[in-house]
Amino acid sequence: MMNILSYATLRNECATICGHRVTVLRNDGKDFMTDLYHTLGIQYPKFFKMDALSKAGFLGAELVMRQSGEENEEPKRDLSVIFMNRSSSLDDDMTYQHTIAHNNYYPSPAVFVYTLANIVTGEVAIRNKIYGESSFYVAREFSAKQMLETIKGGFEDPEINRILCGWTEVLDNQIDVMTMLVTKNEAGTREFNEDNINNIYNNKL
Amino acid sequence: MIVNIADSIISGVGYGSTENFEAVRRGDSGVEYHEHTFADCEPFAASLIDTQQLETQAARCGAEGLTRIEKAMIVVADDAIRRSGIDPSSERVKFIFSTTKGNVELLEQNPYEPERVYLWRSAEIVAAHFGNHMPFSIVSNACISGACAQIEALRTLEEGRYHYAIVIGGDVLSKFIVSGFQSFKALSQKRCKPFDAQREGLNLGEAAAAIVYSHKQQVEHGDMVLLKGAIRNDANHISGPSRTGEGLYNALTVIIDEGDVERLSFINAHGTATLYNDEMESIALTRAELEEIPTASLKWHFGHTLGAAGVVESIISCMALRQGIVLPSHGFENLGVTHPINIAKEERVSNKAMCIKMLSGFGGSNAALKFELK
Repeated sequence: MMNILSYATLRNECATICGHRVTVLRNDGKDFMTDLYHTLGIQYPKFFKMDALSKAGFLGAELVMRQSGEENEEPKRDLSVIFMNRSSSLDDDMTYQHTIAHNNYYPSPAVFVYTLANIVTGEVAIRNKIYGESSFYVAREFSAKQMLETIKGGFEDPEINRILCGWTEVLDNQIDVMTMLVTKNEAGTREFNEDNINNIYNNKL
Repeated sequence: MIVNIADSIISGVGYGSTENFEAVRRGDSGVEYHEHTFADCEPFAASLIDTQQLETQAARCGAEGLTRIEKAMIVVADDAIRRSGIDPSSERVKFIFSTTKGNVELLEQNPYEPERVYLWRSAEIVAAHFGNHMPFSIVSNACISGACAQIEALRTLEEGRYHYAIVIGGDVLSKFIVSGFQSFKALSQKRCKPFDAQREGLNLGEAAAAIVYSHKQQVEHGDMVLLKGAIRNDANHISGPSRTGEGLYNALTVIIDEGDVERLSFINAHGTATLYNDEMESIALTRAELEEIPTASLKWHFGHTLGAAGVVESIISCMALRQGIVLPSHGFENLGVTHPINIAKEERVSNKAMCIKMLSGFGGSNAALKFELK
């Protein structure tokens, strides 16, 4: 039976780990994700080069991996990272579009590289040494059913025992992130089923 | 097991799987030099879908008024579905899409509804064109998306609820994509030369391709089976391949079983003709002890067709397997990678029944598929 080992949500001005709100020290005050990064005591300068989608997915991953006691540096060969969202990389696509305007044409490779939705899964894989599958799906809206089916599919891979999965939606400074660490066979805090996925997404657990 | 029951391609070398396969065998390339195709971009070499052919076929399918990528996806799905004889509107049919950028060119100017820039909106329009209103999947995993969509088909069909999966991969070019790859300095101004000592970079390409997969309890003689697929991350760099070929090697080890090496007719590599990609593939193949298997890239014919690449190149590979031939790697003359892999120089006959398709892409992602002709 698939079980949830840990879960987290990240929305504008609010982060939770397993249902408990994280008290974020508002140093900067403008950028909640930067303040959360400092609050968690993360030291990873590459974070500041990331686009908003990658930052959000990165922080969502940090919250659940820490809660589960995972070491960043420990290679994880039986772990996959599978994220989904509504807008793909549209947030960064719009930023890149501004760099190629007819009257101001300076295409930026540093911006262009984030115009692929799955870059966030790559950033999380690098940070956490995840050598399993990395996949990104796009859907019209959050669907616990689709998440359940997709993750079940991910466990068809014979070497994979755990999946870091989530909904990572970011557009125009609106952040809607929910992450979970799911195990194929181990005991967990809750069963990975449609009700629990919905309740976690809706901050009811 | 899941079996390819029909497929289709539209690309810079033609429409229909057979036309594309014959073009590859003749050595045709859709890659041409473009000076003024997209405003502001420097000139570039790429393989574009013939617009007149696309319009004619789209009109035949009743897909007028849609965007370029939607038309391309519809004309290939229409062709594949007709050949398969299945009812695409059935609730036993799952549509699975593979694209990296969909309608991204609408960010510049959008005569459609604002939602049209979302990947799911194009997917919805394509599925609805065939009367299918069931949930669909969209995989957007950079350059390996086309392989991921087929792995999604394998998982979905083996789960049992669906009988058929229609995998549709596609990407078209725009100022957005070309300018980005130019800013990376990844493009060659000439036709690309995968694995060659003189390779200078990749050519972009436009294509859409569709495969109808059917779930079968018992496969029969002559069935083309997608046996296994795996996706692995390098956990190394978001835009550069691993120096050890880690993710690709790991993906290969998942799909290769004992005794496969003797049964492999060829390996269809990603072979983008960038310095680092081809080098990485040579390392991964050598680590997996596949360095002697004939290996080729199809990028010289199609360019790198992004989200379509995995689907287009799987179709061509399966057709080669069916015809009992090993396709040569066009554009290749002298080995330009450090590990001595066996790049196929000339077409030759083979009676082996298995092939591997490999892909790697941004985000550190790698995929490998294994096909067998029963």
